[in-house]
Amino acid sequence: MSALQHFLAMGGYAAYVWPAYAVFFVVLIADSAAPQLRRRRILRELHGRLARQAARARRAPPSSATPTP
Amino acid sequence: MSSWIPLWLHKLGSPPTFYRFAGAVRPWAMGLALLAGAIGLYGGLVLAPADYQQGDAYRIIFIHVPSAWMSMFVYAVMGVSGFMALVWRMKLAEVVAMESAPIGAAFTFITLVTGSLWGKPMWGTWWTWDARLTSELVLLFLYLGVIGLYHAFEDRRQGARAASFLAIIGVINVPIVHYSVVWWNTLHQGSTVNVFGHSKMAGDMLWPLLVMTLATKAYYVASLCRRARTDLLALEGGKDWVRRIAEAEVPR
Repeated sequence: MSALQHFLAMGGYAAYVWPAYAVFFVVLIADSAAPQLRRRRILRELHGRLARQAARARRAPPSSATPTP
Repeated sequence: MSSWIPLWLHKLGSPPTFYRFAGAVRPWAMGLALLAGAIGLYGGLVLAPADYQQGDAYRIIFIHVPSAWMSMFVYAVMGVSGFMALVWRMKLAEVVAMESAPIGAAFTFITLVTGSLWGKPMWGTWWTWDARLTSELVLLFLYLGVIGLYHAFEDRRQGARAASFLAIIGVINVPIVHYSVVWWNTLHQGSTVNVFGHSKMAGDMLWPLLVMTLATKAYYVASLCRRARTDLLALEGGKDWVRRIAEAEVPR
């Protein structure tokens, strides 16, 4: 048995050790990804809101900005 | 607030300052977590010898015990900041308390699952209603209760205060988890690592465990920074400083 196979076998406990490590990494990676996705969603919404505000400002410019003839 | 709190701490409590501070801290904390995690796992999985009784199955300890410590540590942080949120109405304390809850729940879940995977070969059962296991499960339910209560309110700040109250009541469970192995006869073993005294563990098994503990602590700081930044953007969506950030970043 090679050194790698010996390592992966975990003395016969591979079926318990490796799933435990897999759970550890999968859960923490999910925990890291969740705020990242939420941040993107929040920024998209903010951009949409800013774009709508800008469009509204263009359509009806404030009275002080329009010079009266 | 009283004058004994230094000015920089006051400033750190303001959302735009904390946003920048957390943004500066996060990469360093994440780097430390990855470095310590790599060293600790190499030490634990490769360098440390097999246990004379448990063989290689004991290697689950290097993630199980640090996660269990974090499940209690994060709860304590959540309880303290929840208390600050209720007493001083600090927005940042609400953010820290509410954004700690998912991270703590994640560590509690890891603790329960890895413990179960360790219990099967060693005890012959996935689960038993032993005091340590049951109190840790209650800890998970407390985290889930805090998260659920927070999201049950239309007004987020009102939800944060209600959930902070639940978090403070639940603090009573943290010493119960810790002392359960002393107070009751449990299948779960007593503590092997002692902060103030002699640890009943060989040095070449102990150091990877402590390095992994450092890694999980650093990971918590990194994750909390990222979550708090995201939450502040959502909470302060109408403010100028958030608008400037939104304008500077191109949406993906």
